[in-house]
Amino acid sequence: MTGDSPAVIELRGITRVYGRGEAEVRALDGIDLTIRSGEFVAIMGPSGSGKSTAMNVIGCLDSPTSGEYLFNGVDVAGLDQDQRALLRRHYLGFVFQGYNLLPRTPALENVELPLIYKGVGAAERRGRALAALEQVGLAQRADHDPSELSGGQQQRVAIARALAGSPEVLLADEPTGNLDTHRSAEIMELLVRLRAETGLTIVMVTHEEDMAAYADRLIWMVDGRIADDRPTTGGARHAG
Amino acid sequence: MLGETIRLAVRAIWRNALRSFLTVLGVVIGVAAVIAMVTVGQGSSAQVTQDVAKLGTNVLMIRPGQAAMGPRSSSTSERAFDLRDVDRLIREVPAIETASAAEQSQMSAVAGNVNYRTTVWGAGNAYLDATDWPVVLGRRFVTGEEQGGRAVCILGETVRQELFGDTDPVGDKIRLKSMSCEVIGVLDAKGASSFGSDQDDIVMIPVRTFQRRIAGNSNVNMIYAAVRDGVSTELAQGEIEAVLREIRRIGTGEEDDFNVMDMKQLASMLTGITDVLTGLLAAVAAVSLLVGGIGIMNIMLVSVTERTHEIGIRLAVGAQARQVLQQFLVEAIVLSLMGGLMGIALGLGLAALASRIMAIPFTPDPVVVLGAFAFSALVGVVFGYFPARRAARLDPIEALRHQ
Repeated sequence: MTGDSPAVIELRGITRVYGRGEAEVRALDGIDLTIRSGEFVAIMGPSGSGKSTAMNVIGCLDSPTSGEYLFNGVDVAGLDQDQRALLRRHYLGFVFQGYNLLPRTPALENVELPLIYKGVGAAERRGRALAALEQVGLAQRADHDPSELSGGQQQRVAIARALAGSPEVLLADEPTGNLDTHRSAEIMELLVRLRAETGLTIVMVTHEEDMAAYADRLIWMVDGRIADDRPTTGGARHAG
Repeated sequence: MLGETIRLAVRAIWRNALRSFLTVLGVVIGVAAVIAMVTVGQGSSAQVTQDVAKLGTNVLMIRPGQAAMGPRSSSTSERAFDLRDVDRLIREVPAIETASAAEQSQMSAVAGNVNYRTTVWGAGNAYLDATDWPVVLGRRFVTGEEQGGRAVCILGETVRQELFGDTDPVGDKIRLKSMSCEVIGVLDAKGASSFGSDQDDIVMIPVRTFQRRIAGNSNVNMIYAAVRDGVSTELAQGEIEAVLREIRRIGTGEEDDFNVMDMKQLASMLTGITDVLTGLLAAVAAVSLLVGGIGIMNIMLVSVTERTHEIGIRLAVGAQARQVLQQFLVEAIVLSLMGGLMGIALGLGLAALASRIMAIPFTPDPVVVLGAFAFSALVGVVFGYFPARRAARLDPIEALRHQ
């Protein structure tokens, strides 16, 4: 299904070095990775393996120290802060472990947030945000503040927010890290369904094998390098 | 986008209503102080102008000596006028309708066993005409009384109250020094002047009576002249100066040894003093605006720290640095504008109250109100910029990690 899709993300010899001299840390040490449109990729690895840094670089929250990053064939490694913001605004959606919703702000307004920066008018914005909440099954909670929602619901609002901007790639950083197994399974099934419905590309960092099993490809990182890259065996589990 | 930002700013301010209010209190007080000071100051200037207008805007004051303001006694070494000069002015200056000597002296007036210290004016009907001052009880002087220097007097309302209460004093006698004097009338009440002096605290007697019985000489130290309707005061001033120079034999090239002052000049001199005072007070009040601005900067910095996580979220979903900058800047501006509006309301309220108490006109100046509003916006921009820039420069990853 994905073998001959066009590459969305191509990393070539990406390094990310923090600090200088003695204190130098090579968080990413020469990463080569190609992710094709519509793929669901899980990244795993021990603490300090560089998986979060990889996520930040792929998500254009951070710039690599060296190497080439082609997004839809365009080199984006050298973009400045504002250009990266535009890239995030138009092509990327984020889901975080801690949900990262604006406190004391209703779910609907949280979901509208990326659309505000996209310059979508108020009426259309509302419609699209409601549709996104509908997709995650929370339309009836549109006017609830995050504090009035359970963890699983908050994460679904966060997913709706990421979807509202119609991104090409959804980046999920430990999306089930704060949830119990049952809620975690719900979130993963939601991601799989959304991928199937919209053709979204998903890159997810996790430390749980069970969650990684929902992806169709697993990348294993150690010491800032990719140690293993193979299709998951559990791919069949969600196929039906 | 800007509308969106303003809506967002109002929400953020409202979410912390109490803190926002305390934050802008400095601006509120600063703006209120400036507006109250300036409005009250302008009100008292207007009052001075009005008072002087009551004397008659077409009235000229002629005094011996060179032009200089301030208190002066009647015993100046300068050559005084005399009553012949007044007559010649009336005859020879077509631009003036009438002229009157106006001498004055402080002394006690006694009626029965009541003793009251007041100002005795030696003037006449011409003075009452020049200043448009009607007699409301009894009558004015008759020609014989003025020419003959008879012992008759007209009381100001205050003196009548002090000496006779509410009873009709006409026909009664009062004593000024050793002179017993018949009351023939009571003047219309004028009220206090803007400097608090009571204009009704006066006893008026014919100028000849004053010269003979009180001053003991024939000097005239002040002449009031009323300019004819439709004639400019400048023209009248020029004609009076020409005639007086001739009377006093002042040669060409020599300076006048008298001065003719227009009431408008007098008013502008007096309001000038009020304006300087107003300016000074407003400047002091403006300092509190500065302090208020620093308060806003302080709270905006706290706000940026508190909302670092929120800024991280906004950056992650695609906000650019300048949009974050705009958000915080707009918030600071909206905050200080709200403070400005509250300050304007409070300042105008205070000014209205003070004007009422001081019995001066309440004249809010739109320029001052708009100026204060604009200045509070400026405070927002200046003191909001630094915190906003700090917010805009946050690194998205760091900001997201901040809890």
